[in-house]
Amino acid sequence: MIKLNNIHKSYEMGSSKLHVLKGIDLEIEQGEFVSIMGSSGSGKSTLLNILGMLDNYDEGSYHLAGKLIANMSEKKAARLRNEMVGFVFQSFNLISFKNAMENVALPLYYQGVSRKKRNVMAMEYLDKLGLKPWAEHMPNEMSGGQKQRVAIARALISKPKIILADEPTGALDTTTSYEVMEILKEINEIGITVIIVTHEHDIAAMTQKIVRLKDGRIHEVIRNGELSEFRYKYSKELQPA
Amino acid sequence: MLDLDLWKEILSALKQNRMRSFMTAFGVFWGIFMLIIMSGAGRALENGVMEGVKAFATNSAFFWTERTSIPYEGFQRGRRWNYDNQDIEYIRQNVREVEYLSPRLFGWQQNGDNTVRGERTGAFNIYGDYPDYFKIDGWTPVKGRLMNEIDVLQKRKVCVIGERVVEVMFDKEEDPIGQYLKISGVYFQVVGVIHPETRINIGGGKKEETIIIPFTTMQTAYNYGNVIHFFSVTAKKGYSVSGLQEKLQRILKERHKISPDDVQAIGSFNIEAEFVKFSALFTGIQVLTWIVGIGTLLAGVIGVSNIMLVIIKERTQEIGIQRAIGATPAKIITHIVAESVFLTVMAGYVGLSLGVGILEILNKILEAAGDEVFFRNPEVNLTMALAALGVLVISGMFAGLIPAKRAISIKPIDALRDE
Ligand SMILES: Nc1ncnc2c1ncn2[C@@H]1O[C@H](COP(=O)(O)OP(=O)(O)OP(=O)(O)O)[C@@H](O)[C@H]1O
Ligand SMILES: [Mg+2]
Repeated sequence: MIKLNNIHKSYEMGSSKLHVLKGIDLEIEQGEFVSIMGSSGSGKSTLLNILGMLDNYDEGSYHLAGKLIANMSEKKAARLRNEMVGFVFQSFNLISFKNAMENVALPLYYQGVSRKKRNVMAMEYLDKLGLKPWAEHMPNEMSGGQKQRVAIARALISKPKIILADEPTGALDTTTSYEVMEILKEINEIGITVIIVTHEHDIAAMTQKIVRLKDGRIHEVIRNGELSEFRYKYSKELQPA
Repeated sequence: MLDLDLWKEILSALKQNRMRSFMTAFGVFWGIFMLIIMSGAGRALENGVMEGVKAFATNSAFFWTERTSIPYEGFQRGRRWNYDNQDIEYIRQNVREVEYLSPRLFGWQQNGDNTVRGERTGAFNIYGDYPDYFKIDGWTPVKGRLMNEIDVLQKRKVCVIGERVVEVMFDKEEDPIGQYLKISGVYFQVVGVIHPETRINIGGGKKEETIIIPFTTMQTAYNYGNVIHFFSVTAKKGYSVSGLQEKLQRILKERHKISPDDVQAIGSFNIEAEFVKFSALFTGIQVLTWIVGIGTLLAGVIGVSNIMLVIIKERTQEIGIQRAIGATPAKIITHIVAESVFLTVMAGYVGLSLGVGILEILNKILEAAGDEVFFRNPEVNLTMALAALGVLVISGMFAGLIPAKRAISIKPIDALRDE
């Protein structure tokens, strides 16, 4: 599904150059549930944005569903994003002057689906996420958890192959975080690849594979089988010294 | 562009920012409003003046006499002289460019009341004229008839009178037709009440205070001999009045022993030349209106572009989200340009309607004021309104294009990061 080969990315900062990703090799299969961890500034968001075709890379190659993602026109990138990827952001990124239903329906608008049809679909997805009564509400009338569920519904409505979520629980309390993770898990169970960025070990522990970044490189990859060990390690880390 | 969803998107975006949309629109509204008002006012002045001279034969010229200014053939300078019947006869025989020729005698208003009917008296402008005169300066009979050839031939003692004369000399219910007026001691029967079609007035005073009697009657009844004070001519089709005017001046100078170099002795002017001057003036006014109007409009459009730029900056994140979830650059551009065009056209439309509405009201007021005013029909023609609308659409597009280009020049990721 996703194949990264020696990906490099630097940011120009005036005269100096900030080398953020220093050769990332990573393969993610269809239907995996992956979390990316690492300290602040280690390049997690940068990596996720490259995966989501929101940003380009300097070196290496990125294949998505067998297609090389490089030097694409913005038009093509937009279409691919719309077809392949659903985004969930830490700050929700809902459009403030549209109600929940309209926000969810927006990706279908860009696909040219009729208003009636896309609103019906949006209601369906809101219903799935238990938000039907909130369909007519504006984003500023909803709680963080509700907003994030609207954002997830919006990411799902175009039936993407991949959901990319940058700290989806970063702005939520523990209970709400777990609810959101439960939803993402269900999404994953129907075969959608889910990739999240997180700082929280308990959140990461709910995924099948943890990719730890350090200094722009992959420090370690913890797979499904080793997760119990990770859980153990993580609980030890939490113990007061 | 006929995408209903697009319009719903645009309307909701604009509704969301009512105040801002309003402020943006105001510049354009004002520009087009001013353009319409100014152009309408210019046009009204033109209509007013042109209406006043419309029924006046544009190919006409007028002649009167002044004192000579150069001694010639034994005559001293400062000599008084008059045209006479022989001049008219000569011109009729020999100058084939002449279409109508109408000699005139002036009565004397300055001597006080010159018209009497029983107890009533009044001071009016008395003219002795030929019927041809009505072909040069249009009058319509509102009652009775105009003067005719037979009146002149038979030297009948009949007169046609202006509306003011009726007011002064008759009771409200009285029918003036068939009644008699004593004009400078001679009785004339009223055969018509006439209304002027033009505001050009030769001889001064109000046109409504005119009494016209047959030229021949006036010449004999008041002992003018064969003197003529004044005459009007029109040129036949295909001949220029200015040419005719010069030719007649030459002939008359020769017949009355006036130096060919005397520019003062023959008073004369032709309407054609005046018309050309007027037309140039009004063209000038319209051109100026458009320059100022387009300038104001341009300022409005630049305002739209500027504010759209600010809007785009404010909405950078929103645009980033839209692009992240699949909006193509073309879609974003269409969106912003359509929004800009919509704003401009709506504002322009309101300005246009309001401008036309105000002109309409002005028109009503002017109509009520009657035809004394040199300001009439401040209309805006359809072509101009359509042209203005076209200019609006195009300028709205340009106003939107720059901000739209700016919006898509930002990478979606940078747009998303924008806080
Ligand atoms: N557009 C940019 N221009 C310049 N530097 C950038 C840009 N985006 C990110 N960086 C830098 O690149 C590095 C990696 O950023 P990134 O956002 O990927 O970190 P992160 O791992 O997501 O951190 P966090 O956990 O704080 O979100 C940081 O040092 C950041 O300052
Ligand atoms: Mg980050």
